[in-house]
Amino acid sequence: MPKPSLELKGSSFTLSVLHINNQDLDAVAAELDHKLAQAPQFFIGAPLVVNLSGLDGEEVDVAALKQLLTSRQLVIVGVTGASAALNQQAKDQGLASIKAGKQSPVTPPQVRNTKIVKQNIRSGQQVYAKDGDLVIFGAVGNGAEVIADGSIHIYGALRGKAMAGAGGDRHAVIIAQSMEAELVSIAGQYWLAENLQQHCPGKSGCIRLEGESLIVESLPL
Amino acid sequence: MAQIIVVTSGKGGVGKTTSSAAIATGLALQGHKTVVIDFDIGLRNLDLIMGCERRVVYDFVNVINGEANLNQALIKDKRCEKLFVLPASQTRDKDALTKEGVGRVLDDLAKEFDYILCDSPAGIEQGAMMALYFADIAIVTTNPEVSSVRDSDRILGMLQSKSRRAEQNLEPIKEYLLLTRYSPTRVKSGEMLSVEDVSEILAIPLLGVIPESQSVLKASNSGVPVIIDQESDAGLAYSDTVARLLGEDLPVRFITEEKKGFLQRIFGS
Repeated sequence: MPKPSLELKGSSFTLSVLHINNQDLDAVAAELDHKLAQAPQFFIGAPLVVNLSGLDGEEVDVAALKQLLTSRQLVIVGVTGASAALNQQAKDQGLASIKAGKQSPVTPPQVRNTKIVKQNIRSGQQVYAKDGDLVIFGAVGNGAEVIADGSIHIYGALRGKAMAGAGGDRHAVIIAQSMEAELVSIAGQYWLAENLQQHCPGKSGCIRLEGESLIVESLPL
Repeated sequence: MAQIIVVTSGKGGVGKTTSSAAIATGLALQGHKTVVIDFDIGLRNLDLIMGCERRVVYDFVNVINGEANLNQALIKDKRCEKLFVLPASQTRDKDALTKEGVGRVLDDLAKEFDYILCDSPAGIEQGAMMALYFADIAIVTTNPEVSSVRDSDRILGMLQSKSRRAEQNLEPIKEYLLLTRYSPTRVKSGEMLSVEDVSEILAIPLLGVIPESQSVLKASNSGVPVIIDQESDAGLAYSDTVARLLGEDLPVRFITEEKKGFLQRIFGS
């Protein structure tokens, strides 16, 4: 297939934005010259977007402004923040009207608390990791229960019950060095020991939810 | 500083009282002043095994309630002068054991004795909880079968969460496994769990393995702790256990099947 002669792709660029806050172009020119004098090389041929929102709806001669900037070897790409009338003027001058992209509010990544237990969990004991993962350095005995809203990692044998994704997290997993569980459950889907024996090929395993059913993968531990 | 040792198991009939009597006697024979306390209030057995049931006048509950002082209730063993027994009450129940009362009696005993053995009742109720609450060392007595192992695991959980050391965030109780009624023949035929199986599941250091032996029943019935019988495998195994408790490093005996001799094979054993 021949290569198409053109392609349309979206990209984003970082542009300098020049804010015009004064209707009086002579004052603008004076201040601009002062700025350019500080770093003339930096501004030569620099693409600029002119932001007119600082004018608060006051009129300005866009053609004169364009002339003012191009004469100082600045390249105007377009205008932004302009009123309807100013937008029309810009259009007449062959300038694009650009909308500033909305800055997405920065949300801190959701950090889950990991509960670490450095001992064997004995029969009759219950450990619950609320809103997070559970890591156990030791074995979980028959008749013991380990529960987490997130995933469960057991560096030892799992002989009791393990319930991951107790709050409904379907991405939770159960990992154990030796899978001999009485029951494993992720987000409510469960296997009893006999199901587990059918599915668990090796000794170590990772159990997760795929669709509506649990699957187990052996681990190269 | 006296060491408080609890002999516990969760399950009944695994040999807690037999082991308590044997280990207490063993410690005393090694020259340590030892007292063994029967926590099985209402089902008093230790005095029978120790052969001192006819000398019980006052008991543990009497001391807790202030009806008798310790010296009146302690029974001195006839065979070993460093050994004392504090018998249980046969007419009360386990609720007579209060944390304050038991703590006070143990504090008083700690002033005089090197080792205080607490013979726990079966179960996980008040009696068993009080027996393990103040312990420094726990000897978890287990038979090589699944229900006993499961119950021992449960008791280990209790030791780690319900004891004084756990509640006060002190150094945890030292836990040891004592495997009793072990029969190498039945292990070999797959009827019993092996030492390795039990050790792997419970994951605590092995203190000793006591072979299944006729001599245990004989010793119990005659009121002589089996450790006195140094002719028997069980007696020797308890001696080894006591030595390990005192810090000796000994190999485990009696865990492999005895090879039958030529004549035995012909005539049967």
